[in-house]
Amino acid sequence: MLIKNLKITSSCIIRFNKVIINDKIDYVKDNYAGFPDFIRSVYRNYKINYPKFFKMDNLSKLGFITSELLLKQKNLLSKYKNDEIGIIISNSGSSIDTDIKYYNTIKNKSNYFPSPSVFVYTLPNIMIGEICIRNKIMGESSFFVFEKFDPDFLCNYINILFNTLKIKSCISGWVDFEDDKYESLLFLVEKENKKNNGRNINFEPENIRQIYKCLK
Amino acid sequence: MPDVYISADNIISSLGFTTEENINNIKKNITGIKLINNSNFSPTPFYASLVDSERLYSDFKNIDNPEKFTRFEQMAILSITDALRNSKVDIKNKNTLFIISTTKGNIDILKQSNKNRFDYKKIYLWDSAKLLQQYFENPSMPVVVSNACISGLLGIIIGSRLIQSSQFENVIVTGGDILSEFVVSGFQSFLSLSTVPCRPFDVSRDGLSLGEGFGTIILTSNPEYVNKKIIVTGGSSSNDANHISGPSRTGKGLYITIKNTLKEAGSKATENIDYISAHGTGTVYNDEMESKAITSAGLENIPVNSFKGYWGHTLGAAGLIESIAAINSMKENTLYKTMGFSKSGVSKNINVIDKTEEVKINNCLKIASGFGGCNAGIIFSKL
Repeated sequence: MLIKNLKITSSCIIRFNKVIINDKIDYVKDNYAGFPDFIRSVYRNYKINYPKFFKMDNLSKLGFITSELLLKQKNLLSKYKNDEIGIIISNSGSSIDTDIKYYNTIKNKSNYFPSPSVFVYTLPNIMIGEICIRNKIMGESSFFVFEKFDPDFLCNYINILFNTLKIKSCISGWVDFEDDKYESLLFLVEKENKKNNGRNINFEPENIRQIYKCLK
Repeated sequence: MPDVYISADNIISSLGFTTEENINNIKKNITGIKLINNSNFSPTPFYASLVDSERLYSDFKNIDNPEKFTRFEQMAILSITDALRNSKVDIKNKNTLFIISTTKGNIDILKQSNKNRFDYKKIYLWDSAKLLQQYFENPSMPVVVSNACISGLLGIIIGSRLIQSSQFENVIVTGGDILSEFVVSGFQSFLSLSTVPCRPFDVSRDGLSLGEGFGTIILTSNPEYVNKKIIVTGGSSSNDANHISGPSRTGKGLYITIKNTLKEAGSKATENIDYISAHGTGTVYNDEMESKAITSAGLENIPVNSFKGYWGHTLGAAGLIESIAAINSMKENTLYKTMGFSKSGVSKNINVIDKTEEVKINNCLKIASGFGGCNAGIIFSKL
């Protein structure tokens, strides 16, 4: 059952060289020269200062930057305890970009150099770990893999987590990276509250689909 | 809120192809961990627990053509088929959902020899889920949970929640991982493999042993589908927010999970936890962290074991097959000794089970932790 007073209070999309915050284009990078260059330019544009960013793989960089811009105006820890904030993220390719990169370091026995700093990113939930470390979030988290973005499942599952009092706010969405194709949408779900700044739309699958479509 | 019962289960591992066969070997103190000297996995020998390939082929041949399916798919189909054999749950009903837990699925498809044999699309975890859904003619959109070493346990927790909220009557949680060059080299690069079969919580422990396998648990809210009444009374997950590849030094993340799991289970279960099935990988840091979290939660006197000494660390299967073994302990009122453990080597004085004995078990806490700082906990209770 959907809870009536759950709201999407912030959203951020990164796709096609653009950053879209709350449905408005906030940053465009002209002269696209590959994802690593693009995501660095986003990092610099928003003056994010977090050196660990440079150690992350592409998927984590994409998820991390999207979460930074999603939470820019939100001081979550001033409203919630760290285990009251959940993170539920999904994608299609799991960690396939880094899987292939890692595999290339071991497939040739005469050129065999497996690296722990690459291997650790062959799990998609590492991205959730990175966002948790940055924001000191310790609540419920899980990573799901679907062929296509599935707002119905996410909405349903997050409602269960709110209903059973496991979380009081949730970062959720879709962060996918494969073969230099990238697509991320994260949204923040909170209970309706006058103190919520930012956007205020009902947390329903149709509304998530609308946000997702805005750059198709 | 409907109760979530365990209807049936299956374990496929180095110790056998049914739950019963696995448990019988555990009772006989047999470990499936062996020295593997095979350049397809690693240039150097290492200890691991492998599913018998010849048996997998011949058992699978009884139900379908093994040439058409990957090793991962064969194990999954066999595991689900066996669990369904022991349950009245209708797989073809729209009230039944599949949850698939895995870290790497068909990762061996990256090998050129496999790329030539199979459709490359099999690299996608959702494709494995779709294959199982279609193979068993299940009408619901399957859910894949890929959350490092807690994937299996998290699958059971998520399945239970979907039943408790009346979204589904039955959830078939299946999950596993195959041993591959990919995974072996990765853990070797982390220097986390043990030089001998792993020794959870022991003073001389020096790392984990990898394993492979599959587990399936059929959850249901329908008591008619159940023989011995064991239900899920609590479940929770948390994040350490500390480090992506190392467990927290304090155990705070796992402590939060245990605390929230106990809270959900309520005082009746919480005050009567009889047994803890730990993650207990045998690495210095994991076991130390768990001992701290268990102690912080005030559970240091409760008997605790790890099954990793029998099966190794089976990654996506671990939470499932270890939960099934723990449920079996409850049914048989038997605590199994921690294979590989002789003298405690963790700083907190927890009660590691060092000999198999009969004890009444009504409530069991199962915990797991993994890369990315994730933790999960679940409580099984006898009705």
